[in-house]
Amino acid sequence: MTPAGVPADAPVGALEVVRAGALSTVQDLGRPGHAHLGVPRSGALDQPAHGLANRLLGNPEGAATLETTLTGCAVRSHLPTVAVVTGAPCPVTLDGRPAPWGEPLRLPAGSVLEAGAATYGLRTYVGFAGGVDTAPVLGSRATDLLSGLGPAPLRDGDRLSFGTRRRRDPLATSPIPSPCPAPPRELVLPVVPGPRADWFTPAGWRTLRTGDYRVSPAGNRVGLRLEGPTLERAYDGELPSEGMALGAVQVPPAGLPVVFLADHPVTGGYPVIGVVPEEALPAAAQAVPGTPVRFVPAD
Amino acid sequence: MTGPSAVPPVTVLPVGGHGLLVELPTAEAAEALHAELLRRRRTGTLPPVREIVPGARTVLLEGLAEPRRLAEELPHWRVPPLSRTGGTAVRIPVRYDGPDLAEVAALWGLSEQEVGAVHASAEYRVAFCGFAPGFGYLTVLGAGYEVPRRASPRTRVPAGAVGLAGAYTGIYPRSSPGGWQLIGTAVDTVLWDPERTPAALLEPGTRVRFEPVDSAGTPIGDSADPDIPDPDIPDTPSGSREPR
Repeated sequence: MTPAGVPADAPVGALEVVRAGALSTVQDLGRPGHAHLGVPRSGALDQPAHGLANRLLGNPEGAATLETTLTGCAVRSHLPTVAVVTGAPCPVTLDGRPAPWGEPLRLPAGSVLEAGAATYGLRTYVGFAGGVDTAPVLGSRATDLLSGLGPAPLRDGDRLSFGTRRRRDPLATSPIPSPCPAPPRELVLPVVPGPRADWFTPAGWRTLRTGDYRVSPAGNRVGLRLEGPTLERAYDGELPSEGMALGAVQVPPAGLPVVFLADHPVTGGYPVIGVVPEEALPAAAQAVPGTPVRFVPAD
Repeated sequence: MTGPSAVPPVTVLPVGGHGLLVELPTAEAAEALHAELLRRRRTGTLPPVREIVPGARTVLLEGLAEPRRLAEELPHWRVPPLSRTGGTAVRIPVRYDGPDLAEVAALWGLSEQEVGAVHASAEYRVAFCGFAPGFGYLTVLGAGYEVPRRASPRTRVPAGAVGLAGAYTGIYPRSSPGGWQLIGTAVDTVLWDPERTPAALLEPGTRVRFEPVDSAGTPIGDSADPDIPDPDIPDTPSGSREPR
């Protein structure tokens, strides 16, 4: 819908995409409050990691970062700036030399910062002082892959701009210890039953709680797809279209649950057996394909 | 059906720890509750909520700090009947030239020309949105005017295409795949423009009238021609329909 964030006639941006990686997008807090118009929330899937990048840089919480997928990305800054890599841990290099993950880095003009393939986890965030600046759509710079709002996914050679930096030097602020969570052996997702748990048989609900699920490679920013036992329905057919919440565990006719992430459709007709609380979704967004998944009743 | 004086049953279902799905017996009741929720939010008498998302027979409330109290109170609300006269109707010129016109005409037992006339004779309301930003599900055509989706969806429907599915009319805000039966093309109408405020021409509750135009964009006849069969508008409970 909206083409690349930088109009063709704008001055060339200072941030050059050297290697876009498998899927790198601009992300921020998203567009809450527009679901009734058919607009998904979108925004960074791992909000704590995205927010940590902004805090380490002294950015406002609404600043945009780059969200990469599995293979990282490399960018050249044509202006001196400060950047940080958070989210899925990965080897970080600055002009080919190893640099720390999770710590603000001074980038001289013309230097190349590379976030390598994730050591574990899926989505790495690369933040810059002042944030990545693109034309906001409904108050957000987030790329929404379902509805095509926001800047297109990055391609090699793209030029983006930096936002206005705050006056204080981010490196002068007291460093925050970088959390480096251990790689989870399994993804445990709390689930609150409803609103359509009654569309499944008691056996179907039991299957959800006890079944051995794995993260499917078919997942994306719309939803975490799962492989494993199918859930038995009490009724066939579809519901009249109804609102879908973030974290909804929707069950299409094939019977395998999908956990809705930030770019999920706002209405739908397949029954939602339960809802995963928002706090558990960042971990879901970092679970690589093949990760075992267990649903547990939420307290 | 319960009598007109009875309070229609309202079911409140949990959606995680911070959401509620309110299910109503009719589409009309869902629209009325949605209007009431917006009114209460405007007047500051609704607890803070991130999203209010109407559906066909439901309203989803997402991002409530403490949904329990609202869940208890909501079934006891006095919800005024839907106003059919508030605000001005959005007028959308339509060329009735869609590729499925013949099929819809056969389903309705009318000529192709009459399909456009019938379709343009009613006033619609946006019941809810979805599928794409700015895509509204418009209601009013009643029993006898339902059409099935196409057996195989088109891979590309052009922006502005006016389609029918089930009891709904919709206008594609941009080109996309789609399975609705296409009867026309909206002329000079931008459904969705994020640069515009508001970005969406149609939002839940918006009233809509279609005006038939010819290939040059000139209005055709009078869409309120009394010779044209009136779409079968279902009766509404408790005399809520307001005089014209």
